[in-house]
Amino acid sequence: MSTITEKISAFLASNSISTTIIFVVAIMLISDFLSKKAFKGRLHASALAVLLGLAAAYVAGIFTGGTKGVADIAMFTGVGVMGGSMMRDFAIVSTAFGADLKEIAKCGIAGVKALFMGVIISFVCGAVIALAFGYTDAESVTVIGAGTVTFVVGPVTGTALKVSSQAIAISIAAGVVKSIAVMIITPIVAKRIGLDNPKAAMVYGGLMGTTSGTAAGLAAADPKLVPYGAMTATFFTGLGCLVCPTVLYALVKLVL
Amino acid sequence: MIYGVGTVSLCVILGQGLGELLGVLAGLDTNVGGVGFSMLFLILLTNAMKKKGKLGKSSEAGINFCNKMYIPVVVAMTASQNVVQAISQGMIAILAGVAACLIGLMLVPVFCRKGSVNE
Repeated sequence: MSTITEKISAFLASNSISTTIIFVVAIMLISDFLSKKAFKGRLHASALAVLLGLAAAYVAGIFTGGTKGVADIAMFTGVGVMGGSMMRDFAIVSTAFGADLKEIAKCGIAGVKALFMGVIISFVCGAVIALAFGYTDAESVTVIGAGTVTFVVGPVTGTALKVSSQAIAISIAAGVVKSIAVMIITPIVAKRIGLDNPKAAMVYGGLMGTTSGTAAGLAAADPKLVPYGAMTATFFTGLGCLVCPTVLYALVKLVL
Repeated sequence: MIYGVGTVSLCVILGQGLGELLGVLAGLDTNVGGVGFSMLFLILLTNAMKKKGKLGKSSEAGINFCNKMYIPVVVAMTASQNVVQAISQGMIAILAGVAACLIGLMLVPVFCRKGSVNE
């Protein structure tokens, strides 16, 4: 018996590109069905697919103890490739086909303003909450603030300031929580915050900053807005890495 | 069709390359705006090709294929997130992440209104 199951799982693992596509298509079919039947179209299928994806990642993470969600299961390693940053960026770039350059140029300044504001707001949120939980050294507070900007900025800042790995772990988690929160909450509030035009999408990309979060959030709210949101969000991490270990760290030191 | 996919690939390589270069120049260990530059290249290149009549129907289909793969890629991305770690690092991470998300979302209309007054 065991040899047969081993053979099957080895076979599935060696065809992981197909199992991956089947997995993704299955999630999308289920979401489509639930969206139409259970929610009568009130909850968008893409939003449900994002939720189901996250739930699957959680369950897989509990069982495998790994860090890559479903991709830690041998037959679904392809999910990690398909959902990795390389494919994500490739797909985002292709959405720009047909985007209006005039629109982007027109909203450029609002987008840049939102970008700076977005980095600062996220940083302050993280820093204030770190303080509230009893962290008083400027380095840890800065790193947790930086992680809230995005989960790349946290470790970059942490390495620059030579902070304990625990603070870095918290900062990465804060960034991941933020991007997941953006994925889930965006489609719920999109209409209320006026996220239905290119300009709002550029402002949104600049304020939220997480590429994965905005990518999934806009996919569920309105896929046509993806290129505009991604246009500003792509500068967020770079800006964060630039200001967190320098200007913002100096400010935190001044305050504490 | 493969020409369309190739066009996207070329723009990604050029754009991401520029982003990496900017990162190195700024002394950072990260890509600065690579996706944004790639998108600009793609918009400019496809517009130029269209004007010259060099962008065929099937090339366009190739780009649209990549475009259509967007949602499946996003689904795969969410399924490979480290959700367990996000939750297990405790309340600091959860509160900080959710607060940053909510405040950011609330500011979207504020920034949009500001801009439209200027116009």
